[in-house]
Amino acid sequence: MTENPDSKAARPPAWPILVAILAIAAFLGVLLHDRRPPAHFHSIDITGAGYADDFHLTDMDGHPRSIADYRGDVVMVFFGFTQCPSACPTELARSAEVMRRLGPSAPRARMLFITIDPERDTPELLRNYVHAFHPGFVGLHGDAATTAATARRFKAFYQKVPAGDSYTMDHSTLTYLFDPQGRIRLVARPDMDAGAIADDLRTLLDAA
Amino acid sequence: MQARLRLIPILAAFAATTHAQVTVTDAWIRGTVAQQKTTGMFFSITSVKGGKLVAAATPAARELQLHDMSMKGDVMTMRQVSAIDLPAGKTVRLEPNGLHVMMFGVAHPLSAGETVPATLTVEDAAGKRETVQVQARVEALGAPHGTSAGKGAH
Repeated sequence: MTENPDSKAARPPAWPILVAILAIAAFLGVLLHDRRPPAHFHSIDITGAGYADDFHLTDMDGHPRSIADYRGDVVMVFFGFTQCPSACPTELARSAEVMRRLGPSAPRARMLFITIDPERDTPELLRNYVHAFHPGFVGLHGDAATTAATARRFKAFYQKVPAGDSYTMDHSTLTYLFDPQGRIRLVARPDMDAGAIADDLRTLLDAA
Repeated sequence: MQARLRLIPILAAFAATTHAQVTVTDAWIRGTVAQQKTTGMFFSITSVKGGKLVAAATPAARELQLHDMSMKGDVMTMRQVSAIDLPAGKTVRLEPNGLHVMMFGVAHPLSAGETVPATLTVEDAAGKRETVQVQARVEALGAPHGTSAGKGAH
């Protein structure tokens, strides 16, 4: 601090000006600080939540994958299965639309489709399926125990439902969004449109 | 309304074996990729006298089942239903986010632009069964579908 008690008689005290400058600086500081992280997301903000933080699965080319492998990119994670008539193709079509809307930023966005039906979703089927929506989408799988543990870690839900001599799956339909540092940040609801998700991903990219 | 009720059976009578009492429009199937054995079939169905859709079959799949998809919070649930009610004169839409036909054991990948024949069985209030032949258009797996059925059938 620049206090000088000797100068008080000679000129008006400098401290009110100093205080004013500090106040303005503090105000601007608060404003700038508030921009990062931004207060507004369309998705549910779960930054710092103690779940949905990571996974250890295998991609369709046989490579072990965790969230660290996608550092530098924003990541969408969805749990589903290829024999799904509704929620999964709707989700993947929406994600493909998100990529279109991201335009030049699209190469910095990833879509990871984690199968909850590893029994039927072979790596080859996963690849064919996700690539029907976008050539950059990735299918991830694990064995039954790993799949169950991953879903628990994400608080995602799934269960087999018998259907004749076959079965279908009930499952949760949230999309988990990671920032480029590989931190879980947001959860997107199934009723959100592609534009809102693209906005959120762009915000995460801009803040990085 | 009277004129319309009369018109529907007349129009339907021209459509090959389509039964006069039931009309089906906008039938489509979500396309599949290699090794994918299951997909969904969707259409709009109207029964003039009312009844229920009780069965469906196609040479393109081993078994068709009637299903109801619903959202409980953020969880998608699927249940097989024994029949789909067709209130008299009311069009019932089978679509991805609701009632639909599940195709199990799809024999070969279904590509966009293909046409798949299917037979629907409708039962009236007296328990009398009728069949309706439909030609379902295959739409690309990656094509976006909201709550509306496939476009371009007309």
